[in-house]
Amino acid sequence: MAVLAGSRPRTPTVTGAIAGAARVLQRNLLVYRRTYRGSLFGSFLTPLLYLTAMGIGLSQLMANGGSTMLGGVEYLDFLGPGILASSCMQTASFESTYPIMGKISWRRNYEAILATPMEVHHLLIGELSWIGFRLTTMAAVFLFVLTLFGIPRSPLALLAIPAAVLTGVAFAAPIIAFAATRHNDSGFAALFRFVINPLFLFSGTFFPVSQLPDPVEWVAAATPLYHGVALVRGAVLDAMPSSWPLHALYLVVFVAVTGYIAHRLLRRRLVK
Amino acid sequence: MTAIARRAPAPAPVSGLVASLLRSRRLVQRNLLVYKRGWMVIFSGFFEPLFYLLGIGYGLGTLVGDVALGDGRSISYAAFVAPALLAQASMNGAIAESIFNVFFKLNFSKTYDAILATPLGIREIAVGEMLWSLFRGTLYVIAFVLVMIGMGLVISPYLFLVIPASILIGAAFSAACLATTAYLRTVQDFDLPMGLVVMPMFLFSGTFFPIDLYPQPIQLAMELTPLFHAVGLLRGLATGLLGWHELWDLGYIVAFGAIAMWIALNRLEQRLIK
Repeated sequence: MAVLAGSRPRTPTVTGAIAGAARVLQRNLLVYRRTYRGSLFGSFLTPLLYLTAMGIGLSQLMANGGSTMLGGVEYLDFLGPGILASSCMQTASFESTYPIMGKISWRRNYEAILATPMEVHHLLIGELSWIGFRLTTMAAVFLFVLTLFGIPRSPLALLAIPAAVLTGVAFAAPIIAFAATRHNDSGFAALFRFVINPLFLFSGTFFPVSQLPDPVEWVAAATPLYHGVALVRGAVLDAMPSSWPLHALYLVVFVAVTGYIAHRLLRRRLVK
Repeated sequence: MTAIARRAPAPAPVSGLVASLLRSRRLVQRNLLVYKRGWMVIFSGFFEPLFYLLGIGYGLGTLVGDVALGDGRSISYAAFVAPALLAQASMNGAIAESIFNVFFKLNFSKTYDAILATPLGIREIAVGEMLWSLFRGTLYVIAFVLVMIGMGLVISPYLFLVIPASILIGAAFSAACLATTAYLRTVQDFDLPMGLVVMPMFLFSGTFFPIDLYPQPIQLAMELTPLFHAVGLLRGLATGLLGWHELWDLGYIVAFGAIAMWIALNRLEQRLIK
């Protein structure tokens, strides 16, 4: 830290922001070194179990005609990429609630960090990169499992990794903003029950969104998960919808706007 | 608090089951008091099984169509899945209360250390937490059964037996969760039971489709899990298709709960009494 204090200029610069964020990332990686085995194993187990349990059995149940509603693909192929995108959403959401709240008010890590030359935007970019890193490893393991089931159609499937990571970060940024306004964790239960879980169920993971009533479909289409699922599924099944730039643009803009808000709110909370 | 101090003389006579049960209610009272400030957590719990019913039962249901029952009848996918989602909800409720909340009280807020300084003992704490968890679970079960009736998913004369059966299932899982919590030491320890027990059970419980679509070895493994029997029992009651198999489900759940409770009591005693 002494090195940082000596060498970093006070005016905010891009290189300064990267260096600061790298420190936060480094810190989280150091902590993660103690627990990564369990979390990687979980990334492996989740798709394996979901696809064996739901994909295979339901594929049989839908043998008579279900696949026409899915645009001509098997249910297993439909479900796999959907679970990939929504698992990234769930992990990113979890990482942006309790751990962030812990660092703000339970363990006060941020208070300690801000006593050094680090600044709030370093914290935010660092945490988002950290979540991006977690999601990258997760998505890679996931894609490997999908390959075991023979789901990806072409090497284009590798694009599912950045798409899934972007989806997750699009949840991390607004949820960090939310966490920055909370003084206890009871709001998180509501967040998971009223936002994350319904999205998991209704944003095209388990069945096409077009099956929903119109107003519900519009709400679903406004959420990042909908666009993330479209991109990830397009990449994995080598059937990228022609609207892909719009989906990607939506996610990028969403991250930028909510990231900006998160920065404002974190500053308000942490800097007196 | 003063009321407790006045009514129970210092060296508490451990006299019988009834007195112990009466003391347990103090813990329920305590939790009620705490949740007065966190009612949102309780309230939001109503919606979780409801969202699953809409998403899985109806959303997935349009892809699946009808499901054939053992007696030749065909029922809608929503009617097939609903009782199983109720069993899942009973299990999840037990996990939320008896693993996460109890873990927090045991290790972080040290609530039980404080409670043990009162006339309440380990048995009262365990039973009290279970009663509380059941109270909360019962609210959800009643709400969900009403939703099932409202949506016309009721096709059985035994439907109201679903409520006591779900409460029993909740009790068994709650005991099992208490026993598990007594062994957990750090937050990272959660990954193991959640990842290796709860999630596989959630997926391999016969919730989403009839068990005979699975390969034989998986079917046998499923027979071992308590959630599978919970789903079987509730589905039997909700579809009106009852037989020896549902009796075996019931026996399994009772035995599972009793053993779990015995482990929970012993292990909590080791953890809390120095």
